[in-house]
Amino acid sequence: MTGPTATPRTAAPVAAGRIDLRDIAVTFPTGRGERLTALDGIDLTIEPGQVVALIGPNGSGKSTLLRVVAGLLVPDRGEVAIDGTKIDGPDRRVGLVFQEPRLLVWRTTASNIEYPLELAGVEGAVRRARVAALLAIVGLEAAASQIPSQLSGGMRQRAALARTLALEPQVLLLDEPFSALDELTRERLNLELLEITARTPTTILLVTHSVQEAIFLADRVVVLSARPGRVVADIAVNLARPRTLGDLDASVVGATAQTVRAHLGEAAA
Amino acid sequence: MTAVPARRPWSGRIPGAAAAVIALAAFVLAWKALVVVTGYPPFIMPPPEQVAARFVSAWADGTIAPHALRTLYEVLLGFGVGAGLALVAGYALARLPLAERLLSPYLVAAQATPILALSPLLALWFGPGLTAKIVICALIVFFPVAIATMVGVRAVDARLLELARSLRATRWQIVTTLEIPAALPAIFGGLRVGVTLAVVGAIVGEWSGADRGLGLLVNLARGSLFDIPLLFATLLTVALLGIVLYAIVVLVERTLVGAR
Repeated sequence: MTGPTATPRTAAPVAAGRIDLRDIAVTFPTGRGERLTALDGIDLTIEPGQVVALIGPNGSGKSTLLRVVAGLLVPDRGEVAIDGTKIDGPDRRVGLVFQEPRLLVWRTTASNIEYPLELAGVEGAVRRARVAALLAIVGLEAAASQIPSQLSGGMRQRAALARTLALEPQVLLLDEPFSALDELTRERLNLELLEITARTPTTILLVTHSVQEAIFLADRVVVLSARPGRVVADIAVNLARPRTLGDLDASVVGATAQTVRAHLGEAAA
Repeated sequence: MTAVPARRPWSGRIPGAAAAVIALAAFVLAWKALVVVTGYPPFIMPPPEQVAARFVSAWADGTIAPHALRTLYEVLLGFGVGAGLALVAGYALARLPLAERLLSPYLVAAQATPILALSPLLALWFGPGLTAKIVICALIVFFPVAIATMVGVRAVDARLLELARSLRATRWQIVTTLEIPAALPAIFGGLRVGVTLAVVGAIVGEWSGADRGLGLLVNLARGSLFDIPLLFATLLTVALLGIVLYAIVVLVERTLVGAR
């Protein structure tokens, strides 16, 4: 071949979005002046572009850990770094999708998606173009000028996802984002999530209660123990991408699920 | 499942308008019946048609207009000042625990003191001019608006505040893009009460000494003029002023709050 040399994949901009969690401990005050340990000594490194699912029994501090990475909660001990810079507050490189959509009910879908850009002081024309692109990505063009009360649950959570993507975060944190939706909508949104995040390399840390969902979405499943939350297992998911719903029947999924469940059993004990 | 139309069709609104007309007619008829049955003389209870005629003539010959304009002026200024201060105070009460502890006893005490009793004192301090009326209006408007703002801001969903924080909103951005829009329905509840009270405040203020205003005209009509139909026409004007101002607040509310 005499054509121009093929651009190697590694020539792409240096992958960003590496998360380093070092010895994270979080405690909460209880009513009686004591402190409850929610997380204790969490060490975790997530490579750029990796998808990691956090799973564990109730009270294992999964959401708490997400809030620490989001800079919304200062740990009592340890530190979080993204690409080597310490997180000491909400960071523009990090986007968080909450369990509920948390849309502003007085704003339209488009205006809700525009909100982070507005807060960040992005110029009007850029904002509008970005919102139009995001509406297309999450398939909400037709609902652009509707208000949240006119949207279905799935549409609201899509809008919330688009809002989080507006600032193009390198790290995406998902706190059981589709857990309030019905099974079918949830599967569809999980697929869409895979497609959307495959387009732009994004590191994803997600909390889930579903073993299947964890395996379907993630490269690694991290199992946390019951309070105080500690990492009890870190299981690789050897399932090629792109993934389809059919992959859920693959034998590797069953085997991985068994391993995860075994560790969940010991986590709950 | 029945489809619910987003907006009521015109035919759906007519019964509402018709009901209002029927209620008004019933009121006027009852008034007329009272006059006929009891046989009260016009200087105690003038019949509705006499009041209506006096209302028209007093507006036509310029008896009411300058007084009504003065009262409107006082109401607007007093409401503006009172509601403006109340918004700031209400926000502070909601967000600064110290402000609530320090201010709320005075706020409640000021509210518990009848404005009627306070009015002569304010007239003594500020004289018979505009200032005393604006102060009274502002005082009477302040409490409902401040409390409504406080309640509204406190009710802002903590999860939305966390969202704003995760998006690195500044303190001021949180106020303007989140807390105020979220509290707006509650704030308008206070403004609705406040604007009608502002009219009361202006009339009360004028009673304690004024050279113009509907409150003064009420005094004149029952005193030196002894024109009871004019007294009724003036009261009608006061009521209409309240209704129009209230309607304006509701209209602004619909525009700003809209459907949610």
